[in-house]
Amino acid sequence: MLKYYYVALKTIVIKEVLRFSRIWVQTIVPPVITTSLYFIIFGHLIGSRIGKMDGYSYMEFIVPGLVMMAVITNSYSNVVSSFFGAKFGRHVEELIVSPVPNWLILLGYVLGGMARGLAVGIAVSAVSLLFTHLWVENIAVTVTIALLTAALFSLAGFINAIFANSFDDISIVPTFVLTPLTYLGGVFYSINLLPGFWKELSLANPILYMVNAFRKGMLGTSDIPLGVSYAIILGFIFILFTVALNLLNRGVGIRS
Amino acid sequence: MLHFYVFSLARDFMNRALYIRDLWKVYRDGVEALRGIDLDVMEGDFFALLGANGAGKSTTIGIVSTLVNKTSGKVYVCGKDIDTQKNEAKRCIGLVPQEFNFNQFEPVEEILINQAGYYGIERREARRRAQRYLEELDLWEKRRQMARSLSGGQKRRLMIARALVHEPRLLILDEPTAGVDIEIRRSMWDFLREANALGTTIILTTHYLEEAENLCRNIAIIDHGEIIENTSMKRLLAKLDRETLILDIEETLDHPPSIDGYATRLIDPGTIEIDISRDRDLNTLFCHLNDLGIHVASMRNKSNRLEELFLSLVGEEARQSNKNLPVGN
Repeated sequence: MLKYYYVALKTIVIKEVLRFSRIWVQTIVPPVITTSLYFIIFGHLIGSRIGKMDGYSYMEFIVPGLVMMAVITNSYSNVVSSFFGAKFGRHVEELIVSPVPNWLILLGYVLGGMARGLAVGIAVSAVSLLFTHLWVENIAVTVTIALLTAALFSLAGFINAIFANSFDDISIVPTFVLTPLTYLGGVFYSINLLPGFWKELSLANPILYMVNAFRKGMLGTSDIPLGVSYAIILGFIFILFTVALNLLNRGVGIRS
Repeated sequence: MLHFYVFSLARDFMNRALYIRDLWKVYRDGVEALRGIDLDVMEGDFFALLGANGAGKSTTIGIVSTLVNKTSGKVYVCGKDIDTQKNEAKRCIGLVPQEFNFNQFEPVEEILINQAGYYGIERREARRRAQRYLEELDLWEKRRQMARSLSGGQKRRLMIARALVHEPRLLILDEPTAGVDIEIRRSMWDFLREANALGTTIILTTHYLEEAENLCRNIAIIDHGEIIENTSMKRLLAKLDRETLILDIEETLDHPPSIDGYATRLIDPGTIEIDISRDRDLNTLFCHLNDLGIHVASMRNKSNRLEELFLSLVGEEARQSNKNLPVGN
C-alpha cells in the first residue's frame, strides 16, 4: 500500500511541477521581474537614503521579506489556479474516480504549490545577489520557515479553489487579503518603528510572523520570538489542513 | 442445505461486476433522479443502460464512480462496497464520461501516464501501457500533442484509452460515440467488442440504439429514475410485435396500395411505408405486392428494432404516469 501511495503522490507532484514549468514565462519570470523592481526602487534608489534598519542596510533588510513575499504569493496562486482549473476543466474527476485517497490528493497539490513557491523564492534570492551580499545566519530556520510557509499558503490556496466558482473568485483573496497583509507584514519595515496601537495591530497579521522568522534565519534579527512564529505557522497549517481535508471528504464544490 | 444456499448466494454476488439495491438520489432542489433502482451486471457482460435525457443514467453512473453522492441504497462494484471499500471499488472501474474531462493543456501521452499513476502504476510501466492503448486506438502519432488539438473523435478515443490504461474489470461508457462519425464509431465498436472478449465487463449508455443492439447482450431501460425493463437483448427484441418497413418501388403510385392485413402509407409516389406484425411474414407481403404489379427496388427498416421497443416502453410509462396526474378543468 505504501508503494501505491508513493507512486500516486509522485504522479500528482510531477504533474503539478510540469504544469508550472511548461508555462514558466507566466509562472516564474513575472515574480522575479516584479521583485527585481522592488530591489531597484526600494532597495537601491530609496533605500540608500533610508540608512540602517535593525543594524542592516535597507537592501539587506528587505531581501528576506521580498523572498518570503514571492514564496507566499506563488505557492498560493499555484494551488488555487491549478485546482480551480482542474475543477473548471472537469479533469479533477480523473482524481475523484481514482482510488487516490483525499489526503493524498491534498498533499500532492500542496507539494506542487510548495515546489513553485520555493522555485520562485530561489530565483528571487539569486536575483538579490546582484544587488546585495546575501548570507544565511541559520540554514535550518531559513529552510524550515520557507517550507512551512509555502505549505501553509498552498493549503489556503486549495481551500480558496474549493469554494471558487469563477476566475474572479480565485483573484479576490490574493488581491484584497494576501497582498495587503504581506505589505503590512513587516516586509519593508520593522514593526518596532510603528506607534503602539499600530504595532499591536500588526501582531494580528500572521504573515508578520513568517517574514520575521525568515529574516531571523537569514540575518539573525527578528521582531518576534522564533518559537512564537513556529507555533503560529504550525497551528495554521494544522487548521487549514483539517479544513481542506474535511471539505474534500464532503465533496464540497466537486461532487453533486 | 443452508451451506449450499449461502455458498451459491455468495458466488452469485461475487460474480457480479455491479450490484445495486434500492438506490435513491434526491438532489437538493427535490428532484428525485433515482427512485430505488435495483441493477445487476454480471462479470464479462456487455450491458446497455438506456434511457431518455434526464432519465437517471448519468446519475447512476455518477454514483457508481463516486462522482455523485447517493441519498440511500447499496452499491457494490466487483464485490466491493462503495461505502466501506471505496478505494478498492474504484480500482475496478474505468470511466468514460459523457463530456471531455481531461486536461486540454496536457500532452496526450502524459494524460495516460498520469491516469496510470493514480492507480499505482509506475511510470515505466505506465509508458508501456500508454503506448499500447494509444497505438490500439490510433493515437500514437498524436502522443506529444496537446489534447486540445485533437479532433472530437480523437478526444473520444483518448478518453477510452485513459479509462483502460489501468486495465479495469468494469468499464463504464457514458455516450462514448456521441458526435463521432460512423467510420470511427464502428472501429470503436470493434475495439470495445475485443476488450469485452478479453474479459472486461462493459456498461454502455448511448443514444444510438443500433449501437446498443449491436454490442450488448443484456439491457436495462431506465425512465424517470426507475428501471422499467431489465432483461437480455434477445428477450427484449422478441417483445417487438410490429416493425415498420420502408419500400422504394419502381412504379409511381398516387395512393397507398390496399393489402389485407397490412397497414400501408404512401410517403411519396415512389415510397411506401408498411407496418408488419410478428404473425405476418414478408413472403406473403411480397406476393401481394407482386399481384398488384408493384416491384420493390429496395427495402429498409424505418427505425431499428430496439428503437421501436424503447419508444413504445418509454411512451407507455409516460402514458401511465400521465394517468395518475390530476386532471384540470
